[in-house]
This record gives sequence, C-alpha cells and structure tokens, in this order.
Amino acid sequence: MTDAATPTDAAEPAASGPAHSAGSEPRHFVRIFAIWLVLALVADLLFWFLVGPHVPPGVMTSTAEENQFDFNILMVIALPVLIGVWVYLGYSIVTWRASKGGADPVGGEQARTHLGVQTGWIAITSVIVLFLAGYGTYSLVETHGAGGGQGPNPVWTPTAAHILPVQVIGQQWAFTYRYPTFGGFESKDLVVPVDTTIAFHVTSLDVIHSFWAYQLSIKADANPQIDNVAYTTTNHTGSFTVRCSELCGLWHGAMYNYGRVVSKQGFENWATTTEKATAANTKLLPPFAWTYVPDANGADGGYYNDTVVPYSPSEVYGAKQPAS
Amino acid sequence: MSYGGRLTTFLVMLAAVIGLAVYVVATYFLPQSGVTDFTSAQPAGASVNLTVQTFGQIGPNYGAQQTWVSYMVQAPNGQWQHNTVWKVPAHTTIHMTVHQYDSGGPLRNQQWGRVQGTVGNIEVLNGKAIHVYDSNSGNGVGHTFAIPTLGINVPLVGVDSNATNICSSAPCNSSSVSNTITFTFITPGPGEYPWQCFVPCGLGYLFGNGGPMSNANYMGGFLDVVQ
Repeated sequence: MTDAATPTDAAEPAASGPAHSAGSEPRHFVRIFAIWLVLALVADLLFWFLVGPHVPPGVMTSTAEENQFDFNILMVIALPVLIGVWVYLGYSIVTWRASKGGADPVGGEQARTHLGVQTGWIAITSVIVLFLAGYGTYSLVETHGAGGGQGPNPVWTPTAAHILPVQVIGQQWAFTYRYPTFGGFESKDLVVPVDTTIAFHVTSLDVIHSFWAYQLSIKADANPQIDNVAYTTTNHTGSFTVRCSELCGLWHGAMYNYGRVVSKQGFENWATTTEKATAANTKLLPPFAWTYVPDANGADGGYYNDTVVPYSPSEVYGAKQPAS
Repeated sequence: MSYGGRLTTFLVMLAAVIGLAVYVVATYFLPQSGVTDFTSAQPAGASVNLTVQTFGQIGPNYGAQQTWVSYMVQAPNGQWQHNTVWKVPAHTTIHMTVHQYDSGGPLRNQQWGRVQGTVGNIEVLNGKAIHVYDSNSGNGVGHTFAIPTLGINVPLVGVDSNATNICSSAPCNSSSVSNTITFTFITPGPGEYPWQCFVPCGLGYLFGNGGPMSNANYMGGFLDVVQ
C-alpha cells in the first residue's frame, strides 16, 4: 500500500508528486475523507430508503423481515467500505498519475509503508468483522433461528402461545405436507394462516432434500429420519415459492411448488375442507410421526416386501402397518 | 511464431470452439429423446387421445437396459414408440389411457394413491371410477403418472405378480395381463411440464430411485404443451 494519500504526505516536499510544489501540497487525507463521507452517506441513504424495502426475501414473515433487515445492515456497512476503496483508487489515479513528460510519480521509501494507515485499516476492518459476527449471532437468537432448520431439538424457540405445526415431507421429487393438528391429513398444497407462528417439521422419505420457502425465509434440510424444525411467524398474506435447494436427482429442478399465506378464517376453512376431502386417504396413511423410515426393501432395491416392517419408535411410511 | 504456426493455432482453437458449441447445443438444447407429436393428428380444438403403457422390463428391443421399467407411447399412427416427450396442444382436453402391465405393491407414500388433478379427480380402473386406491390392498400400485407442476397424480394399479402371462418385453399387448386406467385432464398454456413416476421402481438402486427413475426416457419425461 502506498502512503501517498496519508496525512504525512501532506508535509512532504515536492518529491511526493509532480503536480505540486513544496509548501503547496494539499491535505490529501482530508480531501479523500470528505469525498468518501459525502458519497458513502448518499449511497447508504439511497440504498436504505429506495432499495432496502425491496431486497429479498421481502417482509411476508418475521424471519423474512429480519433477514431483509440484516441484508440491508450488511449492505449499509459494505457500501462505505466499497466506496472508500473506489474513492482512494480514483483520487490516486487523478492526483498522482504520471504526467506526460513529467517526473516519475512518487515511489521509494515513503511508498512502502505507513503505520497509521495499516493500523487503521486493520483496526477498522476488524471492528467491522467482529461487529458483524456478533450481530449475526444475535440475529439468530433474536429471530428464533432466522428461519433455518435447528434440528430435532431447537435451541431458539418462539414464545407464542399457539404454534401451528406443519410437517414437510421431501421425496423424489416433490414436497408434501401433513397437518397433525387437523387429523394428520397430507396435501401437496402448503397453506398457512397469517399472524401465526408456524413450526415447520422437515423430513424426507428418501435422499436429502432441502425445503426452501423463499418468501417465508425458511430453509431447512430434509433428511430421512430427522425432524428438522424451523420457525417463523407470518405477517402478511400472499403466495410464496417452495423449492428444493439440495441437488437430489433427475427431477430436482422440477421439485417446486407454491404455497399461500391466507387469513386465519381462510386457513380454517381450507384445512377443515381438505381434512374432510382427504379423509379416505388419510386413514390409509401411517399414523402421524415426526419421522418415518422409508421401506427398507425399497432402499436396497427390493420391492416392498411386507415382512420388513420396522415399527416403533419410528413409523414406517409406506409399508403396511402392523396390527396395533 | 511463424505464419504457419499462427494459422495452425488459430484453426485448432476455432475447431475447439466449434466443437464446444456443437456439444452444448446437442447436449442442452436438442431433445434427448424422441418427441411424439399429437398436435397435428386432430383438428384444432379437438380433444387428444393419448395412450401409453408401462411394464416391468423393457426387454431387448430398446437398448442395453433390458431389465428397466419404462413407459411407451402410442403415436397417432398407432405405432408404439419409446418416447417420453409428448407434444400436445395447449388448453385442450386430453383423454389418457394407460395400459399397466407391471405388478405393484404398497406405496412408499400413500399420498400418491390419491387421484388428483384429473377431471373430477377420478381415474377409471378397468371400468370402475376411483378417487383413492389403497396401495396396501390387492395388487398394490405399480407406478404413478404424475405431473407435479399441474397437480396431476394418477396411481396405476399393479397386475397380479403371480400371473403366468406377465409381459416381459415391450411393447406389450393384450396377450399379457394388464390393467387399463383412463382419465382426462386439460392442458394449461404453452410450456414444458415434467411428468414422473412416484413409485421408486428402479430395482437394485438406492431407495429404488436410481436407474430408470434417474434417466430420461424411462419413468419420466415432458409434456410439451404448445400453442
């Protein structure tokens, strides 16, 4: 790093640059700082008020809103750093460029090091990184896991009195959803009520998938025989996209669907209607469980031999159930 | 570098670029399996009859994977083709007939025993309309025909695995035991809609979803809906 832009240089004689004579050297640091300050302030304000509200994943849920806020915080911190580098570079090019036929630009001993600049750079970037690490950790806690899967024993749990559990079942190549508080019916449609805390219990019947409800800002791996729990609270009605975000085979790219956040009454109507409409199939499903064991014969390539029926503690999802 | 050397280098690089372009186009932009076209067989606006068959093993007539399960489609001229890309017109009623020649078993997820997305949410199995098929009963389900992005799922009930006339080589015909499933659905606007089987029927592969379940032109394909 050169020290040509440092306060020290301001006191250097003419050797510091061909364009200025001794005694008239401007205060480069002050100039650069002033330019940087104005540009950074303008950029941050423009970003925060014009771009920030539109940054994905939006504000449909508490986790989405917090994630958007966090992204905006990151950007507001990153923009001044970026602008600082660009201003320094631009100022250097304009101020200390070699003029045609003039003397060589500054170099030699004073271009090699400047303790103040180095120390300042390390200190400032360290503070930024440490702050972001702390802030990121706080965000995980404050938003109950920030929408990520926390495994079967979540550390950060919401305090809402009523939490709607929704089981997400990944299979090659579709997600289906069970609603244990509505008789355990299973649906290819994901519908949740607004202003409600949702616990997504994500699991798989075969390989590893990943449940990514984009606008809800929920992303949790779907592992066979694992109950991966992720929380969010819905704030606004609307539709959202669900995609598998773990490469899971031939039709991975087609493993998506759309969900809806609807009014509480709309959800009640949908859930009770669907529960009734799917009753004939629900009684054929295995009893609701937080995880399921894929048919062992299917796993090793056989074809659903009913004699292989592991039961408790996990259910067999898909094979005949033992008499109970 | 001499003129000859530069010319040689240029030609080699040009050949490499052309070769790469051809590879990319052939691999990613051209259909990998044949396309069976149903758009010109009927007058515009008329419904389309789409007939397919599934079987337990494709046999020696269609490549090296003789033991793999697969679908075949009957072209408008009556010929059976090993294609899984079917071109159909948009906003059109499709009357689909599936001749199912494979045996079955319990579904890994009974959810796929529900008929969904068809007209009336029903399929007609050997003349009998059903909404839900209990895959733990009877011969179970051999395969499903599903277009997830359209919400369509149709369980294809298996034949008796003890039957002596199970089809062992495609295309199968009426001399083999089979179930006939019919249903109707309406195509949406233009687009490519992937269809697949939800029964992990790739015997000998992890979770039954390898082999024919993970290779195009066997247990999955595209409904190529055009204007």
